[in-house]
Amino acid sequence: MAKRSIPEVNAGSMADIAFLLLIFFLVTTTIEQDNGITRKLPRWEEVPPIDPPVIKKKNIFTVVVNKKDQMLVEDELMELQDLKKAAMEFIDNGGGASAEGEKCDYCQGARDSGSSDHPSKAIIALKNERETSYSTYVAIQNELGAAYTELRNREAVRLYGAGNSYTIMNTIFKDPKVKDAALKEKLDKRLTKLKGMYPQIISEAESKSN
Amino acid sequence: MAKFKKKKDGELPQASTAALPDIVFMLLFFFMTVTVMKDSSLMVENKLPEADDIEKLNRKNDRVMYIYAGKPVAGYEKFGEEAVLQLNDKIAQPSELKQFIHAERALRTEEIIPFMVTALKVDRNANMGLVSDVKQELRKENMLKISYLSVKPAKK
Repeated sequence: MAKRSIPEVNAGSMADIAFLLLIFFLVTTTIEQDNGITRKLPRWEEVPPIDPPVIKKKNIFTVVVNKKDQMLVEDELMELQDLKKAAMEFIDNGGGASAEGEKCDYCQGARDSGSSDHPSKAIIALKNERETSYSTYVAIQNELGAAYTELRNREAVRLYGAGNSYTIMNTIFKDPKVKDAALKEKLDKRLTKLKGMYPQIISEAESKSN
Repeated sequence: MAKFKKKKDGELPQASTAALPDIVFMLLFFFMTVTVMKDSSLMVENKLPEADDIEKLNRKNDRVMYIYAGKPVAGYEKFGEEAVLQLNDKIAQPSELKQFIHAERALRTEEIIPFMVTALKVDRNANMGLVSDVKQELRKENMLKISYLSVKPAKK
């Protein structure tokens, strides 16, 4: 008897099946990247401290947002686009000395004795109402954060040269793909220094309801 | 001559498609490995606010805990018109956050817990009352690192 060969399985439709699966995964994949404004909340105190530290009024920059999303900065109505500049002028004023008695030698502000003494003493007090919209709140947080970032960027470029801005160094430092430990350590030192020069002090009062 | 076929007159041979499935499988495996399936579907509106001074949130390392909030979408009108919280796959009250945080902590190893970040995915039309309540609960539970997730504004 003649040997019969087993017929080969037709693999022609294999590509079709694979394409079908491929298209399914293509459609369901969302390469999403989360971006956000990072903030640190204050510690919860069961009993409010009996003796709240006395802070000079000139070291506080008040930002109040009402339920109509209008903003009062230092008791004056202000538009959102002017907030960053006003905050930067306040933080960078350097009118006096820090808690350690050091003058702010890197500040480029007006050195007005009626405004903040030192970036480490300058406090931004943000207050909102329960009815304030979240988008306005985030926009304000964004502007305040941008004021600090811009000042840090300025100092970073001054100290470490162009191309080494705070934003760029921070991005490299946070990137999990960068494995160079020496580089990370160097960046960490620089970033800590910059953060020390312009510490982000945004204090939020508990929102009141009416 | 019958035994020898005539040579084809200069016709190009057909391109082999035998390697096509291999190529497609390669692409398929790529997409299969990079795909992260969403673990819960959204029951609330979630249009994030705009901001540009933002940092990337690395979610690969399992440190991020998500809290959603917004107005209930169509089909969930029974939860009202006002913005509500969504924890995992159910609508919740701010008072339920405590339980949620404990559950999230239990999922993670001891070393990661101090580095956990809370990502607030809140709809831009929500009001701050809800967000304040959430922040209050987070403070009580000592979850102090938060991130207000936002999108880059569209270029003008």
